[in-house]
Amino acid sequence: MEETVEYAQATGLLGGVWLLVAIPLVSAAILLLLGRRADRWGHWLGVAAIGAAFVLGLSFFFQLRGLENKSVELSLWDFIAVGDLRVDFGLLFDPLAAVFVLLITGVGFLIHLYAVEYMSHDAGRRRFFAYFNLFVAAMLLLVLGNNYVMLYFGWEGVGLASYLLISFWTERPSAATAGKKAFLMNRVGDAGLAIGIFIMFATLGTTQYDEVFNGVGALTGTTVLVLGLLLLLGAAGKSGQFPLQAWLPDAMEGPTPVSALIHAATMVTAGVYLIARSNPIFSANSTLQLVVVSVGALTLLIGCIIGAAKDDIKRVLAWSTVSQIGYMFLGVGLGGAAYALAIVHLLAHGFFKANMFLGAGSVMHGMKDQVDIRRFGGLSKHMKITWLTFMMGWLAIIGMFPFSGFFSKEPIIVAAFERDDWTAWLFGGAALLGAGLTAFYMTRLFVLTFHGPQRWTEDIEHPHESPKLMTIPLILLAVGSVGAGFLLSTSVPDWLTQTAGLGGEHAEHEAVLSHAVITTLSLLVTVLGAGLAWFLFRAGTATAPQPAGVLVTAARRNLYTDAVNEAVFEKPGIFLTRALVYLDNRGVDGLVNGLAAAVGGGSGRLRRMQTGFVRSYATSILAGALLVMAAFLAVQAGWLA
Amino acid sequence: MTELKLPSIEYAAIAPILIMLGAALFGVLVEALVPRRWRHLVQLTLALLAVLAALTMVVLSADERIITVGQALAIDGPTLFLQGAILVLAAMALLLIGDRSVERGGAFVAQAAVTAESADDRRQAEGRNGLTEVYPLTTFAIGGMLIFVAANDLLTMFIALEVFSLPLYLLCALARRRRLLSQEAAMKYFLLGAYASAFFLFGVALIYGFTAGIPGRSAGVDFATIHAAVSESPASPVLLFAGMALLAIGLLFKAAAAPFHVWTPDVYQGAPTPVTGFMAACTKVAAFGALLRVFQVAFADANWDFTPVLGAVAVLTMLVGAVLAVTQTDIKRLLAYSSIANAGYLLVGVLAPSRDGLAGTMFYLVAYGFSVLAAFAVVTLVRDDDGEATHLSRWAGLGRRSPFFAALFTFILLAFAGIPLTSGFTSKFAIFGPALEGGQAWLVIAGVLTSMILAFPYLRVVVMMWLSEPGESTPTVTVPGGLTAAALMIGVLATLVLGVAPAPLLDLATGAAEFVR
Repeated sequence: MEETVEYAQATGLLGGVWLLVAIPLVSAAILLLLGRRADRWGHWLGVAAIGAAFVLGLSFFFQLRGLENKSVELSLWDFIAVGDLRVDFGLLFDPLAAVFVLLITGVGFLIHLYAVEYMSHDAGRRRFFAYFNLFVAAMLLLVLGNNYVMLYFGWEGVGLASYLLISFWTERPSAATAGKKAFLMNRVGDAGLAIGIFIMFATLGTTQYDEVFNGVGALTGTTVLVLGLLLLLGAAGKSGQFPLQAWLPDAMEGPTPVSALIHAATMVTAGVYLIARSNPIFSANSTLQLVVVSVGALTLLIGCIIGAAKDDIKRVLAWSTVSQIGYMFLGVGLGGAAYALAIVHLLAHGFFKANMFLGAGSVMHGMKDQVDIRRFGGLSKHMKITWLTFMMGWLAIIGMFPFSGFFSKEPIIVAAFERDDWTAWLFGGAALLGAGLTAFYMTRLFVLTFHGPQRWTEDIEHPHESPKLMTIPLILLAVGSVGAGFLLSTSVPDWLTQTAGLGGEHAEHEAVLSHAVITTLSLLVTVLGAGLAWFLFRAGTATAPQPAGVLVTAARRNLYTDAVNEAVFEKPGIFLTRALVYLDNRGVDGLVNGLAAAVGGGSGRLRRMQTGFVRSYATSILAGALLVMAAFLAVQAGWLA
Repeated sequence: MTELKLPSIEYAAIAPILIMLGAALFGVLVEALVPRRWRHLVQLTLALLAVLAALTMVVLSADERIITVGQALAIDGPTLFLQGAILVLAAMALLLIGDRSVERGGAFVAQAAVTAESADDRRQAEGRNGLTEVYPLTTFAIGGMLIFVAANDLLTMFIALEVFSLPLYLLCALARRRRLLSQEAAMKYFLLGAYASAFFLFGVALIYGFTAGIPGRSAGVDFATIHAAVSESPASPVLLFAGMALLAIGLLFKAAAAPFHVWTPDVYQGAPTPVTGFMAACTKVAAFGALLRVFQVAFADANWDFTPVLGAVAVLTMLVGAVLAVTQTDIKRLLAYSSIANAGYLLVGVLAPSRDGLAGTMFYLVAYGFSVLAAFAVVTLVRDDDGEATHLSRWAGLGRRSPFFAALFTFILLAFAGIPLTSGFTSKFAIFGPALEGGQAWLVIAGVLTSMILAFPYLRVVVMMWLSEPGESTPTVTVPGGLTAAALMIGVLATLVLGVAPAPLLDLATGAAEFVR
C-alpha cells in the first residue's frame, strides 16, 4: 500500500477529454436558452450530444488502452488559488473513470433514445432533455474530476439535475414533495462530503487525488476514521444507503427514463464511485471498512424486505436498487480485490436495472400509466418484446446462471465469506439471505406483471406493445443483461487494477466455506426464493390490500424508517425552526431593520444635498478641497500620523 | 547661443497614441469631405479600425519599458496594460455609440444647436440621423486617455487631462432626447471640470516650487525629479503637501471620489447612455491610471503621509456611494452612485503599496469596465415611445416581459454586488487581499460593509424585475441591433469568464505591474 500514486499528463487525443463534459453541457444550455424555438428538434440534439459523448468516450478508452501509465491528468485552469490552497479545474482519465464514462454515455444514450418516444406526448419534452443532458454533463464531471472539489462540483450538479427531474411534473404535489425530500436528504449527505473535503484542506492542504492519497499515510488513525465516515455519509446520501435511503423510492415520481438513468444506473452509484475512488483512505483504517460493510449488508437486507411488500412496480424496482447498491457497498467495504467486484456489479446492474425500469415504463405506457402490479397480469401475451426483455433483466438480477447477475453478484458473496473472523459468517450470511430474498420479490414482481390472470382496471381493453424507438433500447439492454456479466467479470478486474492507487492485492484469507459450496448455496437460495414466489403468485393476487402480519406491515411502511425520521429529525427540526424564527423576528430582525432604517434615512437626508445647482456642487468641492488640504497638512505636522 | 537639443522619440512605443490622434484628425476631414450618407459608416469603421490598430501596437510593444519624448511619456507595464484596457473598453463603447437600430438614427442629436423642446427638436427626435461628429470626438478622448495613463510629468498629464475632458463635455450635450437635461449635464460637467483642473494646475505650480526649493537640484515636474526631491529631506514640506493635496483633488474629481463626486449622478443621467458607459468605463481607467502613477511613482516615499488621508477619502466615497444608492429611483443615477462606490474600492487598491495591489487595481478596472458597459447597454434597450425608460418603477415586472435581458441584467447586478462566479467577486478579492496584507484592514472592513449596503439597491432592482407584476407602463425591451448586442454579450461574457477563470488576466496584470521611473 506504500506505493505512491502518480498521474501522467494527458497528450494527443486524450487532451480532448474535457469535450465529454462540454458537449452535453453546451447542448443543455442551447436547449434551455432557445426555449420553445427548439421544441421541434431539441430532443434529437439531446440524443445526439450523448451519442457523440459515447463515441468520444470509446475512442478515449481505446487510446488509454495503449498507454503505459493508464492514469492521465488534464489540468484546464486554476480553479481556486487562495494562499496555500490550490484547486485545479482538472480532469483525470484512468481505467476507473473510463468504465464509468462508458456506462454513463452508453446506457445514457439508449435511455435518451427511449425517452424521445416515451416523452413524445409531454409538452415539456425539450426541457426534459435539457435537464437530462445537464445531468449527464454533471455526472461525467463527477467521475472525471482529478480532485475532490471537482467531484463535489459534479456531485452537486447531479443533485440539482435529479431534483429538477424528480419534480419534473411540477403540477403533481407528490412529485414536488418527492423532489424536495430527495434534495433535503441529499443535503445531509452532501454536508458530510463537504466537511470531509474541508478536513482534507485542513490536514493535508490539498484536495488533488494523488496528493491526498499519497498523504493519507501520514494522518492519525482518528483523522482517517472521521474523514472516511464523512465521505461515507456523503456516499450514503447519494446512493440511498442506510440511514439515508428513504428518498430514493419516492424519487420514482419522476418520468421513468429518469428513474432508469439517474436513480438506477448512474447517479445513485456515485457513492460507490466515491468510496472506490477514495480507497486509499478507506483501506487505511479497518474500522472504517467494517462500517462500510455493515452499512452495505444492512441496507441490502432492508431493501429486500421492503421490496417484497410493495405493490408499485417502480417502487419495488427502486427498493431493489437500494438493495443492489447495498451489495456494491459490501464489495467496496471489503477492500482489496473486492473493489473491482463491486464496480463490476455496478456496471452489470446499470444494464439490467435500466433494462427493467425501461420495461416498467413500457408496461406503464401500454397500461395508461398504471403502476400497481396487482392490476397487471397476463401481459406476456400482449407485450412480447417487453416481456422477453424484462425476463432477461429479472434472470440477471436474481443471479441465475448464466445471466450477468450471477457473474457479478456471486463473487461479492464469496468475498464476504472470505473475512478472517466470525464476521465472515455474518456478512456472508446476509449476502446469501439477500440473494434468496431478491429472487423472491423480483419473481413476485415478474409473475404478477406478466403472468397469471388478468386483473386490469376496466378502462383498459387491449394493452399495446410500445413503438420501436422504445423497444430497440430495451432489446440492446436485454442483450447487455444476458452477456455483460460474464464479459465484465473476466475483463474488468484486470483493467481496474491498473488504476493508480486502486489496491489490487488479494485478501489472503481462505473463505470459511469452499468456493463451490458458496456458489451452490447461492444458486440454491435463488431457486428456492424464485420457486416460492412463483408458487404463491402464479394464480395472481387480491387487488385490494390484505391484512398482514407484523413483518409485512412493517415492510409496507418502509420498516418505520420514515416514522423514525419524522420523530427524530422532522419534529425537533420544526420546533427548532420555529424557535429560531421567533428569535430571528424579535432579535436579529430588530437589529437589522433598525440598521436598514438608519441607512435609508441617512440616504434620504444625504440626497437632499444633491440639489442640482452647480454653485452648491462647487461649494462642496471647495469644502472638500479645504478638508483634504487641512488633513494633508495635519498629517505632515504629525497630528494624525 | 547653445544648440537646441531635440529629445529622442521612440515612435513605435507611442504609436497607439499617434494612431488615435491621427484617426481623430482624419475623422474631422471625413466630416468635411465625405457625403452625408456615407459618413456614419466611414466614421464608425475608421474609429474601430484605429482602436484595433492601436491595440495591435500595444500588444506588439508589450515588453517595452522605456521613458521617451524627453521625460514626458513613460511606456511601461502599467501604461501598456491600461492603454490596452482603455482601447478594448473603448471599442465596446464605440459599438454602443454606433448603434442606429435601437433608437432610430442613433442615440445622438441630429443637430446640436436645435432649441430644446421646440418643434424642430421634436422633428429631429423622430428619427433623423444623428451627428457623426461624435466619432472624432470620441477618438480624441481615447487618444487623450492613452496619453494620460502614460504621462510621466505633471504638465503632460494636465494637457492629456484637457485633451480627453473637452470632447467628453461636448459628447454629454448630444443626447437625442431630453435635450435640456443633456445640455445641463454638459454645462455642469464643463464648469466643475474646469474648476477641478484649476486645482490640479495650482498643485503643479506648488510642486514645482517645492522641487525648486531643494538646493543643488534642478527644478521640474517630471516624476523622477519629484521622487528624488521627496526622498531627500524636504526643505519646504508645506509646499509639497499642499501641492500633493491639490493634485489629488484634480484627479479624484475625474475618478468621482467623494466629496468630489457631486457631478457624477447628474452627468451620468443627462449624457447619452453610450457616452455614460464610455465615461464609466474608460474615464475611470484613465483617472485611476494617473492616480496610481502619481502616488506610486512620484510620491511613493511620502506613502505614510498620504495613506491616512486618501484612506479617509476612500471610506467616505464608499459610504456616500453605497448609502445614496439606496434611495435612488433612476437606473442611471443608481449606476452612477454604484460607480462612485467602486471608485472607493479602487482607491483601496491604490493604497495597497505592493505589486499585487497594483495588479489587483488594474484587474478591477478592466473587470468593472466590462460589467458597467454591459449594464448601460441594457439601459439603452429598455425603452418606450419617449426613449429610454430609466425610472426604476418602469422596470417592474421586466422579467416577465423580457426574461432574457432581465436575466443578463440580473447577472450584471450580481456581479456589481460581488457574488462569486462573477468578475465582481474576483476583482474585489484582488483588491482587498493585497490591502489586507499591506496592513490596511480598516479599508477592507469599510469595503465589505459598504458592499453589504450596496447589495440592497442592486437586489431591489432584481426583485422588481422578477417578483413584481408587470404594470401598464412597463416598457418592453427593444431587440438590440447587432452592435449593441455584440457589446452587451462581450460585457456579460467577460464578467462571467473573469469570474470563473480570473487567473490569465491577473497573471498578465501582475506581470505588467511595475512602473519605470
